[in-house]
Amino acid sequence: MTALLEIRDLSVSVVQDGPSTPVVQGVSYTVNRNEILCVVGESGSGKSVTAHALMGLLPEGELQISAGSIRYRGRELVGLTSKDWYGLRGKSFGMVFQEPMTALNPIMRIGRQVDEVLERHTELPAQARHAKVLQLFRDVMLPEPEALMNAYPFQLSGGQRQRVVIAMALAMEPDILIADEPTTALDVTTQAQILTMIKDIQTRMGIGVIFITHDFGVVAEIADRIVVMRRGQIVEQGAASDILNRPQAAYTRQLIAAVPHKPQGKAAVTEASPMIVIDKVRKTFRSDKGRQVLALDDVSLTIQQGETVGLVGESGSGKSTLGRTLTGLILPDSGSVKIDGRELVGLSRGQWREHRRQIQMVFQDPYASLNPRHRIVDAVAQGPIAFGEPRRKALTHARELLELVGLGGDAGDRYPHQFSGGQRQRVGIARALALRPRLLVADEAVSALDVSIQAQVLDLLKTVSGQFDLSVLFITHDLRVAAEICDRIAVMRLGELVELGRATDIFYRPQHDYTRRLIDSIPGRQWSKPDLSDAGSSEDAIAYAT
Amino acid sequence: MKNFFRAFCRNKGGLVGLTVLALVTLLAIFASWIFPDSPWDMVNAPYMPPLSEDSLLGTDTLGRDIASGIAYGARVTLVLALVSTAVSVLVGITVGAIAGFYGGKVDQIIVGFIELFQTIPGFFLAVVLVAILTPSIGTVIFAIALVSWPPLARLVRAEFLSMKHREFVEAAVLSGQSNLRIIMTQILPNSLSPVIVSGSLMVASAILLESALSFLGLGDPNTMTWGYIIGASRSVLRDAWWMSVFPGIAILMTVLAFNLVGEALNDAFNPKLARKRTS
Repeated sequence: MTALLEIRDLSVSVVQDGPSTPVVQGVSYTVNRNEILCVVGESGSGKSVTAHALMGLLPEGELQISAGSIRYRGRELVGLTSKDWYGLRGKSFGMVFQEPMTALNPIMRIGRQVDEVLERHTELPAQARHAKVLQLFRDVMLPEPEALMNAYPFQLSGGQRQRVVIAMALAMEPDILIADEPTTALDVTTQAQILTMIKDIQTRMGIGVIFITHDFGVVAEIADRIVVMRRGQIVEQGAASDILNRPQAAYTRQLIAAVPHKPQGKAAVTEASPMIVIDKVRKTFRSDKGRQVLALDDVSLTIQQGETVGLVGESGSGKSTLGRTLTGLILPDSGSVKIDGRELVGLSRGQWREHRRQIQMVFQDPYASLNPRHRIVDAVAQGPIAFGEPRRKALTHARELLELVGLGGDAGDRYPHQFSGGQRQRVGIARALALRPRLLVADEAVSALDVSIQAQVLDLLKTVSGQFDLSVLFITHDLRVAAEICDRIAVMRLGELVELGRATDIFYRPQHDYTRRLIDSIPGRQWSKPDLSDAGSSEDAIAYAT
Repeated sequence: MKNFFRAFCRNKGGLVGLTVLALVTLLAIFASWIFPDSPWDMVNAPYMPPLSEDSLLGTDTLGRDIASGIAYGARVTLVLALVSTAVSVLVGITVGAIAGFYGGKVDQIIVGFIELFQTIPGFFLAVVLVAILTPSIGTVIFAIALVSWPPLARLVRAEFLSMKHREFVEAAVLSGQSNLRIIMTQILPNSLSPVIVSGSLMVASAILLESALSFLGLGDPNTMTWGYIIGASRSVLRDAWWMSVFPGIAILMTVLAFNLVGEALNDAFNPKLARKRTS
C-alpha cells in the first residue's frame, strides 16, 4: 500500500489576536490507496475541520493551519495559493457533503451540473462529456441515467441526490474521496444502499476514501482503518477490526458501549386497561396546488398506563403526524383519539385545555425548542403558571425538576445558549414533566444528539417514565434506539401502521417485509459489539440478524 | 447589553449618526436658550446673507433668522417624526402579529387590507388626508402614521409566520399558555430586532414626509419646520440660496444619521452578517 496523503502534526486554530486554543491539535494520519479510512468522533471533535483543512477549504479569516504539514504524493499542501488549489480540487480530491440538497444548484438540470465540472477541468468535446456523465450516473447506480440527466434536483429523492453529488465528486477521477457525514441526513434503507455503493466504487476505482461519521454502526459497515478523534486530538487509530473489537482507549470503549445494539428487551408489562386509544385516525395534507399526501391512513394504536411504545418509520411515514395529532397540534380528518375513554378529537380549544396537561411533548431540536430569551427555570415553570399554580410554588417545583434531570445548582438561572444540546434536551424533559403528564410524546428526542449523550438522555427517559408511571410514545427513525427502551414497537410506512409487537419480537423476529428491510439496513449489523463491561472483551461474535 | 453596545460601536457610520442625532436633539432642546426670540419674529433686515452681523446663517425674505428657524424646526421635526413612527410601529406590530399568529381567514383579510393601502401612493394619500382634515400637528402625525404602518405590518407578519411553528412556541401551546401570553412573551421578543431596525429607518422617512408636507404648505401653520422654511423661500432660490440650503442640509444630515443608526443596529443584531460585509 502506498500512502496517498500524509498528515503530520496538523494544528488548526482560530484566527484572532493573541494566543488562541487550537481547534485541531497535533493530528497525524495517512490515507492509502485502495482503502476506506473512517474518522469517527462526536460533534466538536475536529473531524470535519481536519477534512476541510486538507481540502484547503478552511473559512478564510476564521480558521488557519497553525502548524504541521499535509503531503499529497510527496507534495506539500500547506501554504498553497488558491490558484494551485483550484487545480488540485476535483482532479485529486473529490468531496461529498452531508446535505445533498444544498450541494446541488436547485435550478440546473443534474446532468448539466456534472457536465459543468468536466467542462471546467477538461478539454473533452461535448459528446465525450455526455458519455462520461452517463457512465458516472451508471457508476453511482442511478436508475435510468438517460432520463435522469434532464431532471432537476427537487425531482429526485434524497438518496438519488446524494448519488448525483458523489457522481460530481468522482467526475475528475480523483485519488481521494472525502465524504463528510454523507449518509447522516438519509433514511436508514437509503443509507445502506449508499454505503454499499461507496464501498463498491472504492474497490472498483482503487481510490482512497476518507469517511467522516459519528456512527459506529456505519464505521463497522465500511471501514478498513479507523481514526477516533476527540476535542481536536486523535485518541486512537488502527485497523478496523482491532478498534471495533478490542478498543484500547477509554474514550473509544465508552463510545462503543454507548452504541445502541442488540436490545435485551424489557419485562412484559402486565395487561392494564388502555389509557390512550387511537382508532382509525386519518389525515391528509393538501398543498395549495392540490397535491395531496396521505399522512395517516386509518391508524389505530393503544397505549397503556406506564408503557413505552416506539413509533418507528422513515421520513414521510407519518410518525410525527401521529404524535402531533395526540397532542392536539394537528387535527385529524377523521377517527378518534380517546384518553381514559373520553374523546379528544373535535374538542374546542377551551375543552382541550383540561386534557392538555396530561399529554406533553419532548421536541427534536434542542436548539429550537427553548425560547432563547427565557431563563430555563422560567421555561419549565411557565406551564404550571399557565394552569394557575402560584408563581413561587411553580418556580420551586421547576428547580426540583431540573435537579432531577441533572441540572441542579444555579443552572436554572441561566439561559439556553449556555447549555449543550444534551443539557437542553434535559430541560425539555423537565418542562414536559412540570405539568405532571401521563403521556409523554418524544418526537425524535435523541436524534440530534451525540451517541454518548444520546445514551444518557435515554437513561433519563427510562428513569423518569418509571418514577412517574408515565406512558411514553417514542418516535424515532432508529430501530436500534427504539428496541432499547420500548416495550412495544409500531412500524409505520407511508401513513400506514405495518407491524406492531413486543420490541424484541419486532427486532429479532420481524414479520412484515418492510420491517425486515429496516432491520437489514441497520449499519454495522454484522458487527457484534464487544462486551466492554468486563476487561477481556469477547471476540466470539454472535450474529443476531434475522 | 454590553456586547450589543460593543457590536454597535464597531460600525463607525453608526457612531457618526448617533453623534449627529445627539447634536440635533441638543439643538432642539436648547433652542429657546440659544435663540430667545421667536423664530417668527422679524429680527433683522430681510435678505441678509450668512455670516452677516447678528445672523449666522442669514435671514429670509421677511427678515426672520434662518438659524433660529432651524433650531426651532428641529423640535417640531423630531417630535413629529418620533410620535408618528411610534404610532405606526404600534399599529404595525398589532396588525402584523394578529395576521401572522392566527393565519387562515384572519390573515387573508388583513393582508388584503394592507395591500389596499400599499396600492395607494403614500405621499398622495398623506397630502389628501392633511388637506381634508385641515393641517395641524395632530393630522400630520395621523397622516404619516397611516401611510407608514403597512410595510411594518408585513414584516411583523412574516416574522410571526416563521416563529409560529418553532418548537418552543409549540411547547408553549402545549403547556396551556394563552394566545396573548404566547404572542407577548414567546414570539414578540424574538422578532423585535428587525422591527427596531426598520423603526429607525421609518423615523428618517417620516422626517422626509413631514418636510415635504410643510414644503407644500400643508404643515401646521403655527409651527416652524424645516420643510416650511424651504417652501417659503423656494421662489427666491436663485437670489438667496442660503434660505433653502441650510434647512435642506439639516434635513439631509438628520435623515442620513437615522439611516446610519438603523444600519448599525442591524449589524449589531446580526453580527455575523455584518462582519462578512466588511471583510
